[in-house]
Amino acid sequence: MSKTEIWKDADAVNAAIDGMADDLKALIAERGIENPLMVGIHTGGVWVADRLHERLGIADALGHLDISFYRDDFTRIGMHPQVRPSYLPVGVDDRHLILVDDVLQSGRTIRAALNVLFDYGRPASVILATLAERGGRELPIAPDVVGLHAQLDRNEQIKLSGPEPLLMLRGKTPRHASAKSGPGSETAQKSSSHSDSGPT
Amino acid sequence: MSKQNPQLDTQGNLKHFLTIEGLSRDLLTEILDQAEGFLGVAQQAVKKVPLCRGKVVANLFFETSTRTRTTFELAAKRLSADVLNLNISTSATAKGETLLDTLRNLEAMHVDMFVVRHATSGAAHFIAAHAHPHVSVINAGDGRHAHPTQAMLDMFTIRRHKQDLSRLRVAIVGDIMHSRVARSQILALKTLGVPEVRVIAPGTLMPNSIEESFGVRAYHDLREGVRDVDVVIMLRIQRERMNSALLPSEHEYFQLFGLTEERLSTAQPDALVMHPGPINRGVEMDSQVADGPRSVILEQVSNGIAVRMAVMSMCIGTQNLKIQPAGDADG
Repeated sequence: MSKTEIWKDADAVNAAIDGMADDLKALIAERGIENPLMVGIHTGGVWVADRLHERLGIADALGHLDISFYRDDFTRIGMHPQVRPSYLPVGVDDRHLILVDDVLQSGRTIRAALNVLFDYGRPASVILATLAERGGRELPIAPDVVGLHAQLDRNEQIKLSGPEPLLMLRGKTPRHASAKSGPGSETAQKSSSHSDSGPT
Repeated sequence: MSKQNPQLDTQGNLKHFLTIEGLSRDLLTEILDQAEGFLGVAQQAVKKVPLCRGKVVANLFFETSTRTRTTFELAAKRLSADVLNLNISTSATAKGETLLDTLRNLEAMHVDMFVVRHATSGAAHFIAAHAHPHVSVINAGDGRHAHPTQAMLDMFTIRRHKQDLSRLRVAIVGDIMHSRVARSQILALKTLGVPEVRVIAPGTLMPNSIEESFGVRAYHDLREGVRDVDVVIMLRIQRERMNSALLPSEHEYFQLFGLTEERLSTAQPDALVMHPGPINRGVEMDSQVADGPRSVILEQVSNGIAVRMAVMSMCIGTQNLKIQPAGDADG
């Protein structure tokens, strides 16, 4: 993103996460789920999941997913420069999962994350919670819990900045976003930004 | 040939992996970092990632190998590539087909990557120079020249245990003269900033002027050479060296250069003991050391899969990059 401004400040993001925690509690109760397992998607999703994990008092440690090896654009843009190992504290077989990401746009990151999870086992169910949701879906993927709804033009982008404080930034996408960029650039900071907050 | 490193594309991405020589510290570090990510794949219920789905990798082994070939095969399979194993010594070339004809036939089968092991130094470079532009070549050992993935898996194993490479003393023990592994290890250690690299060998197995040409310290005494080192890398002694009068006998070699707990006592208490395998117990080291608490020999094997996955996926990922003019991309 070139020229960014704060779209939601730390208080607004915090309030949105509070709201997500309440919605998740209600949804879990409604579905009769006990002892869910929470998993965040690198990097922004982990920041949000970290806070939700604490607010919900989940027993098992937070899982982390890096979806770089499951991306659908590897054959177009090659290896992602910063891959972090995925980590799941326990097996996912027969567990109810809460999958957390920061921004839902195309849905390609979530498609990849679901594939990662299913290579670890067969979860009983997966709930999708995203801090922000915007238009631009390219796959039939819908969130269960959303903190913020964004009305944006096609060339506008939102992005979570963190880990402390968490801020939602908004900016115009440059006409040509570099697909393969080096460490330190925007795409390097978030492994899913290639698909969910960048143009394709 | 141009000055451009034949392993890199015009943007500096890894296209082939033939030798450590000429690769930057950043690139070697990137390989190690990527390998960290791949290590976790072995923990999944489905030990596979879809990164190289639909790609075809041909293992061209002109020289026998079990560990290297199987770990390359497993690495390719964990990346979801399809693998062809060609044992060339018993196939086409034995029927008189030239190397280039074998290559052209495999290319006609739309192979995307060749993993090459050959007894002749430079074989992998030759294949890379003659292969189609969309094909990548990985050197799995060529003559006395290089074995770069072995060196990188050793670097990866060292880094996982010692973190900071910039303060280490590393000793390489054995047939320095004929070892492609040693050559690649020395280059990798130096490139990654290891300040003190020692080589320890009998006079007949130590190249002349190795100190000047490689910036290492040469020792002919094991006890003296391993003093205060953080890592001891043992090399495999090949039995044929015994016959060629370079070495007297296995027994005598072990008496002078075999690693034992007693000889290891002058090294750092937490020194790692490594070996690329296969080990000759009672020749290069005794079983007490090979199976002891400081040995990371089996870990090297597991790490080898992750490192080979990293190298293969980096090369295959580069194949498809559209070379774009500066400041532009597929927006």
